[in-house]
Amino acid sequence: MSGIFKIALRLLVNDKSKFTALLVGITFAVFLMVMMLSMFTGILAKSCAPVYNIGARIWVMDPAVNNTISSIPMPDYVLSTARSIEGVNYAVPLYYGGAQVKLKDGTFQNVTVIGLDDSTLFGRPELVDGKIEDIFAENAFLVVKDAEYAKLEYPKVGTEFEINDNRGVIVGLAKVASSGLFGVPTLYTTFNRAITYIPSSRFTTSYVLIEPKNPSDIPRIQREIAKIGYEALTSEQFVKKISDFYTFKTGMGMNIMLMTAISFIVGLSISGQTFYTFILENLDKFGAMKAIGAKGRELISMILFQAFFTSLVGYGLGVGIASTFMTIAKLRLPEYAAQMTFGILGFALLMVLVIAGVSSYIGVRKVLQIQPFDIFRG
Amino acid sequence: MDECVIRASNLAKWFGEGEARTMAVRDANFEVRYGEMLYIVGPSGSGKTTLLSMVSGILKPNGGQVTIEGRDLWAMHDDELADLRLRKIGFVFQDYHLFPRLTTLENVAIPLILKKVEWNEALRRSMEYLEIVGLKDRASLQPVKLSGGEQQRVAIARAIVGQPDILIFDEPTASLDGDTGRKIVEFVKTRILNEKRCIIIVTHDSRIYEYADTILRMEDGKITGVEKNNLHEK
Ligand SMILES: Nc1ncnc2c1ncn2[C@@H]1O[C@H](COP(=O)(O)OP(=O)(O)OP(=O)(O)O)[C@@H](O)[C@H]1O
Ligand SMILES: [Mg+2]
Repeated sequence: MSGIFKIALRLLVNDKSKFTALLVGITFAVFLMVMMLSMFTGILAKSCAPVYNIGARIWVMDPAVNNTISSIPMPDYVLSTARSIEGVNYAVPLYYGGAQVKLKDGTFQNVTVIGLDDSTLFGRPELVDGKIEDIFAENAFLVVKDAEYAKLEYPKVGTEFEINDNRGVIVGLAKVASSGLFGVPTLYTTFNRAITYIPSSRFTTSYVLIEPKNPSDIPRIQREIAKIGYEALTSEQFVKKISDFYTFKTGMGMNIMLMTAISFIVGLSISGQTFYTFILENLDKFGAMKAIGAKGRELISMILFQAFFTSLVGYGLGVGIASTFMTIAKLRLPEYAAQMTFGILGFALLMVLVIAGVSSYIGVRKVLQIQPFDIFRG
Repeated sequence: MDECVIRASNLAKWFGEGEARTMAVRDANFEVRYGEMLYIVGPSGSGKTTLLSMVSGILKPNGGQVTIEGRDLWAMHDDELADLRLRKIGFVFQDYHLFPRLTTLENVAIPLILKKVEWNEALRRSMEYLEIVGLKDRASLQPVKLSGGEQQRVAIARAIVGQPDILIFDEPTASLDGDTGRKIVEFVKTRILNEKRCIIIVTHDSRIYEYADTILRMEDGKITGVEKNNLHEK
């Protein structure tokens, strides 16, 4: 390391109270920003869990649907229209709805029931116990063994229960890639059993799932579905629609963005202010260095070094604390949603660099303004 | 070879414009030779610091010329000027301006660091100069732990560590008691000054006049008298 950077580092680190304040400001801001954004990302991912778990390429739905649970039943002709579109390999119905399970002690538990197409079982989960064919047996249901499983009092293959005044029996335990947001257990059964057991309106199809022959067929399928007043979305588009709904149409997204902005502003003001005081306190010394023969760019590089060094150390600490926190939280709370992504890390880094940039800009201006003559005159 | 290190001719400096204009220095002519200790004395506001700053490349004059070893100082670019100050001139400021968060040794090393001398070598050489000013055992202390006279000596060590030809002191004894002030100047005269160096000191302090070779008297921006001091020449 070049000598002036060593001097710069010593000036900074030896001023323990200011260095600590700078680090606390930046670490705190990074920690909060990363936590907020990770939490939100995790929640969004969970809200889209059914889309990932079912795994269909194209989802047909009422245009008013903006998240998986609030599906709007569609008439049967949607399915037949879908099947008649050129380029559709196959199209199957999906039931997606809520029901109540009565537990042994008489209390009720809400569950999500997914009804799979009887002939293909398209979208079926992976079983960890039981056989998939048994789903066709009388009153048969599969239960997903996820974080919510306990709420049904750990049913096993053969466990009987009551669902909306009908008898049900568990024939298999399933596992899915991602668990949902709403904290309710999930049961799978066949489409026909779902619509007979669960009271519903005249229309019964929640979604039509389409597998195109070729990706190039997707635009045509979307156009044809649009002609009958419904919407065909690829799974990516559906995920985006759900994410946009939570981000922009609920208070959640706005609140998270606001909190992130506040964390940033708090971090910026604490460290900007502290760095400014730090520069002011050393200003006459920087002036003396100028008189001795330091060039403007050497002083600038010292200040930039100090600002970016502090910022990056604070960034590392903030990210470290956030990930430790999340790891511990996930061990304690299986449903804990936070998800740290590279996008979030990149965003936080960018914000930290902005903090460093703003802080050093103020410092650099001050230092360039001082005249050695003023130092001389005292 | 010209034995004058510094030659100032017709130097003028004013501050402000119009009504508010004050002439800080007018028509100043003088020269400094190797081996010479020159004082600039005069009442407060007479332009001593302004004159000193113009001959040491810190303040650009409004008129006149300064040459250092024949080179026109104020014809240089900023970076060239900074380089010249770094290599040729050592400064001791009135309030020392030592970095409080660096050790005494690191403070002394700053001119060497700016000259890109390697860190450990810079510290080693700085230690020699701390030894010259008698503060070797204070090397690892922060300047605030030192007395005023000791801080002054650290500042002197910092000024001479790069072996400059020209040393500039502004009011070196102003914040020291009489005895300490005298000792410092005596030390500078006997240990720091040599025939390859010149020293310019701005002072109010008549107790140290006896160490001067030449005294420039200033009044109201003008040099009103030059005295050669023969008291100590044996
Ligand atoms: N930056 C400035 N702006 C305006 N006037 C200035 C400036 N610097 C110096 N002056 C004026 O120039 C004159 C000479 O100032 P200078 O500091 O050189 O005096 P000095 O002899 O060093 O005084 P002192 O003994 O008090 O240090 C003074 O009248 C002062 O007010
Ligand atoms: Mg002065």
